[in-house]
Amino acid sequence: MSQTTLTGAPTEVPVPEPRPRRRRRTDQEPSAAEARGTSRWFVLGVLVLLALYAAGPLWWLLVAATKSDGQLYTTDGLWFADFRLFSNLQTLFTYQDGIFGRWLWNTVVYAGIGSVGLTIVALAGGYAIAKYRYRGRGLTMGLIIASFLIPGTLMIVPSFVLFTRLGIYDTIWAMILPGMFGSFSVFLAKVYAEGAVPTELMEAARIDGAGEYRIFFSMGLRLLTTAGATIFLLHFVASWNTFMWPLVFLKGVEKWPVMLGLYSWLQRGTDSSVDLTSLVLTGSLVSTIPMIALMISMQRYWRSGVTIGSLK
Amino acid sequence: MSTRSTTSADVRPSRERGARQASPPALNRQARWRTLQNLKGASLSLPFLAGFALFSIVPIVMALRESAYAARSSGGLGFGDKTVEFVGLDNLARAVVDTTFWSGMGRVALYAVVLVPLTQVVSLAMALVLDAARRKVAARFRVALLLPYMVPGIVATMVWIYLYSPTVGPLHSFFEMLGLDANFYSSEMVWVSIGNLALWGAIGFNMLILYGALQSVPHEIFEAARIDGASELRIALSIKVPFVRGSLVLTTLLSIIGTLQIFNEPLLFRAISPETITKDFTPALMIYNQAFQVGNVNYATALSIVLAVVIGIASAVLYRISSRSES
Repeated sequence: MSQTTLTGAPTEVPVPEPRPRRRRRTDQEPSAAEARGTSRWFVLGVLVLLALYAAGPLWWLLVAATKSDGQLYTTDGLWFADFRLFSNLQTLFTYQDGIFGRWLWNTVVYAGIGSVGLTIVALAGGYAIAKYRYRGRGLTMGLIIASFLIPGTLMIVPSFVLFTRLGIYDTIWAMILPGMFGSFSVFLAKVYAEGAVPTELMEAARIDGAGEYRIFFSMGLRLLTTAGATIFLLHFVASWNTFMWPLVFLKGVEKWPVMLGLYSWLQRGTDSSVDLTSLVLTGSLVSTIPMIALMISMQRYWRSGVTIGSLK
Repeated sequence: MSTRSTTSADVRPSRERGARQASPPALNRQARWRTLQNLKGASLSLPFLAGFALFSIVPIVMALRESAYAARSSGGLGFGDKTVEFVGLDNLARAVVDTTFWSGMGRVALYAVVLVPLTQVVSLAMALVLDAARRKVAARFRVALLLPYMVPGIVATMVWIYLYSPTVGPLHSFFEMLGLDANFYSSEMVWVSIGNLALWGAIGFNMLILYGALQSVPHEIFEAARIDGASELRIALSIKVPFVRGSLVLTTLLSIIGTLQIFNEPLLFRAISPETITKDFTPALMIYNQAFQVGNVNYATALSIVLAVVIGIASAVLYRISSRSES
């Protein structure tokens, strides 16, 4: 019965619950902890203050990006002056022959290719660990768990030596390849595959004569759509934000991702012709908006990933 | 199933004919078919294993190797030919007694001792307040409180650097109004400035994990406590907090591992105020400086190993304390 439902709608696989919830609270039901009377106003007041603290700096950034170089220094930081956002954007995308656009493009390429590669590698790995019993499976899991404990700083210097020997130092492969084998993503994929791929369904496919690879590529991958979206999203955001890695492994300015480029402008401060402060601010806004839009629209994916991650 | 098993048995080479004769052929065939199936399935993890070995295991082995060598220049002044020689544990021994490194570690440790508990307390308070609000209100505020988590760390640091700035930022003039001359880049203030922006960036994520844990606290307990006359605050402290202990240990552990490796924030502050943030200000900055400015990869690797060991010990001690107080 469950098999037919699953084959009927393979994309409608529920996100595996990371831990059994005793009881879900619903909108109709008053919250168990819901405060009453004066304490409700207290709760609301604290929430407003926290929200102001959280959103305030972003509000300032938004306002600052709309100001001209001069008014950035002379007008009240928390409210708009003359609206110059479009001329700021024009300066941003034309400065140094439009290097900022190049950086943005690089970021999209590194994050995009790396995340697609990682998603496929991780889904295959996690699916194998979850659905097959073989010698070395325990060892693989052990390695994955152990690698969570290794600090990233330990990897950076020896990776530099390794990349130089492999000949991928200062190439885009230094940005794409190492990220494709993240152990955390395999762990996520394993947890999802345990819940989303029924063994009976695999048996049914075997009876129908499908080989193991065919079962994975035409059935497993489809059942793991949610897991794939989560892994893709988490890695895409992480590689959009990565900074130390390109700082160490990319020399050429034209290969940089956007975060490193903005840092180089911050470091230079002012240029003879342009005040870079205004460029850094506008560039920060431009490079942040896609992330906020992506994360708000895909909340259901990354929140489930974060919760599973917290169980590791 | 039977058709499948016979065909795959036909294809299989007859190397193990002796073994097949030992037990009933049909059973044996099926067992071997299962093994083959599992091996095929296992091979799906090969791309990951190969990449993991190359990009994670090889660098760790290389780290241990690199730290045991040293480049000596034979021409004096560092211009002659470099020769690499085996020095054993010399680099590690030097790193263990390097006062510059340990004073950086001391700065970061002190910072972590203040910041990590503060982040946990604020995140927990945030999660409790959110949990105490009406569902709809909570849903609306949750997105606002998560905003900092969605902002790239580099952008967050840059925005705060400007907010602290006496020329562009509003904070300086605000404190002036209160009669305080706050120089956020000074050596007394810089850790406070970095701590504030780290707190800003971290509370959203921690709040999310703790809030998720709070959601799974069984409803009935609150009712029982309320009937017994417990106040809301009492319920929060005596029921909810113990219930999310596990998550709290996890977020603390992750915070410590991240904080001891702090690199991006001091590097960006260094761009503004290089006289306060020296090149060896934190362990990670010193490793970066040794490897890529000085060019002493071997020594930098030794320093990274020491840092990794310190982080490992800190995590183990924290884990021990938390699991002991639990039992």
